[in-house]
Amino acid sequence: METPFVRSIPVDRSRPYARRVHAVSLIGPATCAAGLIWAILQPHRLTLLHPRGQGLWWLLFEPPLLVVIVGVLFATLVARPLISDLEAGGATTR
Amino acid sequence: MQPHAEMVHWAFAAGILFVGLCLLCEAIVGTRVWRMRAWRAYLWPSVAFGLGLLLWPVMAFFTNSSIHMYAHGSWAEVLMLAGGAELGLVRGRLTSPLWRLTWPLAFLVSGTAFLVHEQNPWFFARSAFLHHLLGWTFIGMALVTLALAWRPSSLVLRSGFALIVVTASVMLFCDRDVAPVFGHLSPLAGVEHR
Repeated sequence: METPFVRSIPVDRSRPYARRVHAVSLIGPATCAAGLIWAILQPHRLTLLHPRGQGLWWLLFEPPLLVVIVGVLFATLVARPLISDLEAGGATTR
Repeated sequence: MQPHAEMVHWAFAAGILFVGLCLLCEAIVGTRVWRMRAWRAYLWPSVAFGLGLLLWPVMAFFTNSSIHMYAHGSWAEVLMLAGGAELGLVRGRLTSPLWRLTWPLAFLVSGTAFLVHEQNPWFFARSAFLHHLLGWTFIGMALVTLALAWRPSSLVLRSGFALIVVTASVMLFCDRDVAPVFGHLSPLAGVEHR
């Protein structure tokens, strides 16, 4: 029976990439969550909840919704392709 | 038919928030990964340039005094200059790193314009408070971007800058035409409309 000694622990090179992937994937949802929390705290700023008698501009510009929209756009248009690039980079390093 | 000034501020806040998130992402993943796709390299400089371009109609239609017009006009100019310089650097048409000094210039001019064109004290109304706060924040951002021009790869400076940009967008989202700040609203400011 032979028991080999391991003298150096192999470094998990994917770990920094994994942390970055997690960080990038969290930014969009965190932004959406911030918008939703704002909407819950100040529902009067969402004119969609009480649209009767509101002008066009008040229906178009709803700050908590704008934050959610930015979060969604960022998550789908920027974060998703960036994560796939990061994972491809991590795979080539491994 | 025109939207209220506060709505224009919210729209710009959304654009600035998007730029801030992109900057934060670039700081996290590094410039090499960020520029793996060509369109991404141009993304936030283009949005910054576009925001500068959109400030011109704001200057033309939403300013009610000369000093407001000069302030908005100077923001439009410096934002277009800094965004355009960044686009030139990304494209490779501009090579000197000194072009990055357009950002501290932009923030210094913007901060000074904020502070100069707000003639009311901090607690006059919410918009006055935010003008003072944004003015000093922008001057702080000028210092951070100046440091970034010397140490462009510093993770702390880059993420700090991105977070300050996000904070500036939050300040713009807080803006209202006539609203109290911490319970203070001068009777001279007018009636709170909503």
